Amino acid sequence: MPSNSLASNTQSHFISGNEAVAWGARLARPHVIAAYPITPQTIVIERLAEWVSDGQLASEFLHVESEHSALSACMGASALGARSFTASSSQGLLYMAECLHYASGGRFPIVMMNANRALALPWNIYGDQQDSLALLSSGWIQIYIEDAQEALDMTIQAFAIAEHADVLTPVMLNLDGFVLTHTYEPVQIPAQEDVDAFLPPFRAVSKMDLDAPTNMGFTAGPAHYTEFKVQQHRAMLEVTRVAVEVDTEFGRRFGRSYGGAVTPYRCEDAEVVLVTLGSVAGTVRDAVDGLRGRGVAVGMLKLRFMRPFPAHEIALALIGVRTVGVLEKDVSFGSAGAVFSEVASTLAGAANRTVLLNFVAGLGGRDISRADVEQMFADLIAATTQPRERVRFVNVQETNNV
Amino acid sequence: MPKPKVRPYVRPNSPAAYPVGPCFTAGHLVETNASWRSERPLVTALLCTGCQRCVRACPDGAVFQVGTGVAIDYDFCKGCGICVRECTVKAITMVSERGPHAV
Amino acid sequence: MSEALSAKLSLPDDELFLGHKACAGCGGSLAVRLALKVLGERCFVVLPAGCMSAVGFVYPQLAFGCNAIISTFAGTASMMSGIAAAARALKLRDYYVVGFAGDGGTADIGLQALSGAIDRHENFIYICYDNEAYMNTGVQKSGLTPFGARTTTSPAGKRAAGARSRKKDLFEIVAAHGVDYAATATVAHTYDYLRKVEKARATVGTSFLHVLAPCPTGWGIETDQTLEVARGAVDCGLWIQAEYEGGHYRINKSPRRFKPIAEHLASQKRFAHLGKADIAAIEKERDGRWKRLQRLSGGG
Repeated sequence: MPSNSLASNTQSHFISGNEAVAWGARLARPHVIAAYPITPQTIVIERLAEWVSDGQLASEFLHVESEHSALSACMGASALGARSFTASSSQGLLYMAECLHYASGGRFPIVMMNANRALALPWNIYGDQQDSLALLSSGWIQIYIEDAQEALDMTIQAFAIAEHADVLTPVMLNLDGFVLTHTYEPVQIPAQEDVDAFLPPFRAVSKMDLDAPTNMGFTAGPAHYTEFKVQQHRAMLEVTRVAVEVDTEFGRRFGRSYGGAVTPYRCEDAEVVLVTLGSVAGTVRDAVDGLRGRGVAVGMLKLRFMRPFPAHEIALALIGVRTVGVLEKDVSFGSAGAVFSEVASTLAGAANRTVLLNFVAGLGGRDISRADVEQMFADLIAATTQPRERVRFVNVQETNNV
Repeated sequence: MPKPKVRPYVRPNSPAAYPVGPCFTAGHLVETNASWRSERPLVTALLCTGCQRCVRACPDGAVFQVGTGVAIDYDFCKGCGICVRECTVKAITMVSERGPHAV
Repeated sequence: MSEALSAKLSLPDDELFLGHKACAGCGGSLAVRLALKVLGERCFVVLPAGCMSAVGFVYPQLAFGCNAIISTFAGTASMMSGIAAAARALKLRDYYVVGFAGDGGTADIGLQALSGAIDRHENFIYICYDNEAYMNTGVQKSGLTPFGARTTTSPAGKRAAGARSRKKDLFEIVAAHGVDYAATATVAHTYDYLRKVEKARATVGTSFLHVLAPCPTGWGIETDQTLEVARGAVDCGLWIQAEYEGGHYRINKSPRRFKPIAEHLASQKRFAHLGKADIAAIEKERDGRWKRLQRLSGGG
């Protein structure tokens, strides 16, 4: 645990994913923080509360009475042109689902951290990605974080992306519950003045103003509603460019950058690629290296952004790849995982009739081991163009796979 | 602002021409409510004492003070008749929109 | 801000709620209009889904002349809290944060957020315009629909006689939170209402006003009877004018004799079906409420 004094760029601090998010939020200096506790997000709001209460962070901290209220409060703040932040997970995220659409439709550039966690029923507090992937249509930018350093850095970048005049769209930062939120890693914490120089104050376009009053959150009937939705969609498409610009500038100032919406790993000459997102990418990367060491031409494509969906970047990275698997921690019952459905749709026109398999794993916090990933690669290699079953649940306790 | 005026409205011709998100000028009015009425209130100035009960009672802000009396804003009067009821000196009467006073 | 209005005869000319599409004779719109006469244009107004937002914000006809925003149905008090927090953070000066929500949006779906906001002593004014049902969606029963009232979800016919549950005691619920200031009012007792809005304006902390706002459409009265029926509710004791201030309850006026309840109920079609037994039950309930509030305010 680093000392609470502001750290410089050169010193490494051993902090958890949650603490890294808290630092990122602190450094972004939100005017208003509204939060309601839910496992495994609690450390984020606890750290922020500590810093606010001992005067290190000059934010208004609202102890709201529910997650729906947390996001409502953030929207109210944003409507005055104030920067706001909140955090939630699973049940809380779904409880505020109405507000997610409200915030994106209202063009409020709120940043929210989501600790990816399984959804009841049954109750399960451990990490999977069902919560955020069930909300892909809510109009939020969705970023999936792999490690604690990225968690801190992307929290800061998120405000820059969200508040950009061509974007004005809220951002959901997803961290795998417990696996990333509660794992300690060495993280460099930038200096406040450097973040201030990178992240300018929020200049709202649409806001309530005592000198120029407005009416916000109004009704738009059939004659107008579509145009507002088209605006939202087009703004989301601008994120592809804006996110790269922000990341490049971040890299210039802080010496760390993350590239764009996808991170290919050894895909260039791969015959088989496993697409995935979140912290399991570390395990997949190890498995890829192991197989490559044995002469097997495999690779990994990590998706950092699910919204906007990087269809073009995915298609580009997977040119010439014969077999593609998608490993994700969610499923849309009766169909497939959300990521698989979109990747498959993107590759539908692929000239060489790519073989596609969906691996649904890690639900309710069930571990995904390196051996599990190696088995997925083996399944992919053995797969024909007409696989028996495209959607496969991994490690189910029965003799036959689903 | 004292009272917003009704202004002409031209529908934006593309999504980019709309406001960013549902946010627009406060007090932006493009039409009146006059067509709602089947009756309209008429103030008899001679009888009006200027007590302004009617001004305080109008849900639509369509009765306003003028000098020592009151007048009706027929753009926004819906003809509910509350002003007639509240007047203690019967200085306001309702007449049909189809009668001789109709516009 | 402006001097005390209630001492004067005239209200300012500004109409900050003009051009809305409320029904002719709408009590709720009068509640909003009068409050804004006191609060002026340096306001941030929040309204949830409900009558006042539905009639005031249909782009491009935007009826609020001051800053105003629609919140989610459940989120009025929480959005107001965020606005109040941002206003502090941005160091704004000379403003009021005010919310206008209906009975459903306050006592039912909005109660959680209101409870939390009062608990935090948010610096704002929350005004509940009570038309005693979900009027905007077509007159469905709410938690503040009085016993016996006909609504579309508590119909009256051969086998049913309107709502069978008691009206929630919203004023007492709010007061029990230890709110900084609360009061009941009606749209007909204008100076009393304006005085209470002034008090709310001057209160540091959370103010709550519960305003009876008759609805001609939903109550089955003529469009010109709105204020009369509000007076009737007070005169027969069904609506108690009271305040909660500095931790103490105070009844504003205790009539020695109530006007007959039956007459007041008969003037509204929503009660037309009530028989003697129900009317007697309503009387008994009224008496019980008065006794309790008199006890709470330290005597008769």
